[in-house]
Amino acid sequence: MSSLAEPAHRSLRAQTFRAALPDRLIALGLVLPALLFLVVTFIAPIGALLMKSVDNAEPAAVLVETLPAIGAWDGVGLPPEPVFAALAADLKAAQKNRTAAGLGKRLNYELPGMRSKILSAARAVSKIETPPAGGWTEAITGIDPVWKDTQTWSVLQRNASPVTAHYLLNSLDLTRGPDGAIAAVPESEAIFLTILGRTLFIAAVVTLGTLVLGYPLAYAAAIAPPAVAATLMLFVLLPLWTSLLVRTTAWVVLLQSNGVINDFMMRLGFTSEPVQLIFTRFGTLAAMIHIQLPFTVLPIYSVMRQIPQTQLRAARSLGAGPLSAFWRIYAPQTIPGVSAGCLITFILSLGYYLTPALVGGATDQMMSNFISDFINRDLNWGLASALGTVLLLTTLALYAVYVRVLGADRIRLG
Amino acid sequence: MRGTLKHLAIGAAFVAASMSMASAAELSIMSFGGAYQEAQRKAYFETYTAKTGTKIIEQEYGGEIAKIKAQIEAGGTTLDVVDVDAPTLQQGCDEGLYEILDWSKIGPQEDWIPGTSSDCGVGTIVYATVLAYDTEKLANGPTTIADLFDTAKFPGKRGLWKNPMSNLEFALLADGVPAAEVYATLSTPEGLDRAFAKLDTIKKDAVWWEAGAQPPQLLASGEVVMTTVWNGRIANANKEGKKFAIVWDNQLLDTDYWVIPKGAKNLDLAYDFIAHTADPKVMAGISNYITYGPVRKAAAEFINPEMLDKLPTAPANMTKAMTIDYGFWGDNGEEIRKRFTTWLAQ
Repeated sequence: MSSLAEPAHRSLRAQTFRAALPDRLIALGLVLPALLFLVVTFIAPIGALLMKSVDNAEPAAVLVETLPAIGAWDGVGLPPEPVFAALAADLKAAQKNRTAAGLGKRLNYELPGMRSKILSAARAVSKIETPPAGGWTEAITGIDPVWKDTQTWSVLQRNASPVTAHYLLNSLDLTRGPDGAIAAVPESEAIFLTILGRTLFIAAVVTLGTLVLGYPLAYAAAIAPPAVAATLMLFVLLPLWTSLLVRTTAWVVLLQSNGVINDFMMRLGFTSEPVQLIFTRFGTLAAMIHIQLPFTVLPIYSVMRQIPQTQLRAARSLGAGPLSAFWRIYAPQTIPGVSAGCLITFILSLGYYLTPALVGGATDQMMSNFISDFINRDLNWGLASALGTVLLLTTLALYAVYVRVLGADRIRLG
Repeated sequence: MRGTLKHLAIGAAFVAASMSMASAAELSIMSFGGAYQEAQRKAYFETYTAKTGTKIIEQEYGGEIAKIKAQIEAGGTTLDVVDVDAPTLQQGCDEGLYEILDWSKIGPQEDWIPGTSSDCGVGTIVYATVLAYDTEKLANGPTTIADLFDTAKFPGKRGLWKNPMSNLEFALLADGVPAAEVYATLSTPEGLDRAFAKLDTIKKDAVWWEAGAQPPQLLASGEVVMTTVWNGRIANANKEGKKFAIVWDNQLLDTDYWVIPKGAKNLDLAYDFIAHTADPKVMAGISNYITYGPVRKAAAEFINPEMLDKLPTAPANMTKAMTIDYGFWGDNGEEIRKRFTTWLAQ
């Protein structure tokens, strides 16, 4: 029986599959544009960012002969003559193709001062037509003492790899010592962990601020008559329709020393001197909380709207006090909205750039401000990507913890 | 059939002709916007369009060299000529982002003031980073760069460029280091410490600006009592009725350059435009609109006499002037900037 039924069963399954195939293809076709869009605008750029943070193309592109030659060097004393000869050939080519500065800039990240050392070595080597009598070792070490230093050569050697951990280490305030061991950077240069901590702190305070201000507002809107609720929500939404730049500039006008707030306070006699509000942490937080408020309020509001008011009345009729009824019956049901709102605000706050730049002082600048500096001004895209990677991984890790503690099903937008 | 082919051929020729006309008649130029680009428009762009009929497509940026690099790496730039400042000139030249110039198409390179021409860039104007204040708020204002650091004599906030360049120089000058020894001092660890120690004294009073348009606003709003600023921005604010004054003591001189991004589509036209602006008379013309001086020796005689004493290059303003050393900043900028950023964040 079963031996007979089996093929029939299988063919039935195949038939169902075949019958459903057009539908599936259509479904796939419908999803495809969104999928492609995601790949092109989201997954590919993030992949490129991750690649860039470990990319080490410059040394291999210029030191074509030196890097293979130096591979066998044991790290003791100076490398043998063929390595020097290879370096001479590479530097000559670099001088001709004008690529020496690019290499120098890359090595400068690991050995300060190398930019000009590489440039001057390339210039000097190019003037030597034939192999010098004393060999290239003598000629090159004669150009600058840096070439007698084993550290220079070990840095070259470890850059033979097409990938480097330099940028990622650097973005965590770490560096490789002369012996290749990972060590902390000098205190006067340790900055990125502080910035990361500051970024997380500001995002957390902004999230808390929006929650404290937004929760009662959402509740008021949820229990108000429809007309009042609509007006309240309009006021919440209105700022969302204004550009971020405009809102931030408005805060500049409000906060500056001769601005609206200071004028008002001085007229009322609260203070005789203008209070420093702009370029402070307070100003940054105030502006960011204002800008983020709708993002926290909306999910909470939409979850609250679905909680029947009758439950509160039922709790009261069964003897619960007003606070107890609210806290034990109503509040727990709003948690999915609170989680969603806080998560959105927290993650958006991590990436703030414009508001700290315009309203904050030097000690309020967040991760994105530094990323932008490294991209735009220093052209150190490797370090910028590494900082981006650190921020991305931190965000993902926090998200994972959040979901683990709360459960993914307890985050709802409504 | 033959008729169709003929039509096609005519059509193709027409399209080709119109395309070449379009590309020949347009030149894309990027500069720093604001009062400066306004002056360039009047002195350079409009005169060039009047002379040749070439339409100039203007773009603006804030000196972010990344824009040029990203375009070139993405496989082709839409820019033909870009105005860059000296550090950007060096950075881009190092990275191979600019065309190596054929000076025979531009003019006699030896006529440029030393240090204002290179393989990659053609100097256009010289400007200065100076100290400025509002005479309406401060009757007896600062007179020397040392006053920038004198919080007892001039209490209040100071606007400073958020960049170690200029601030470290000013710090050492105010600390009594002669202009000629500033970079030698900065090259030593002790000298660098000394500059940062001097900056420490006004750190809590500093307001850091990033865009050139910010310092005049900071002065106007009373946010700061004095600020370092690019001199042209002050002159232009004064045109709008402000009463700002410049302290020329220890001004830091600096140059702007034209560069041609590598792979520019209208290379010949770019050269032609640069040659036009390098003409001594045209070059001197920009001083009518903004108080920046021309960098060609031959242009000196064409400067509007009324503007002469307002330029950084006026003899009376030049007595204690100093030129920013980009060789120094190219070698040490990376390290110092990192220290500066860390210092700021502490």
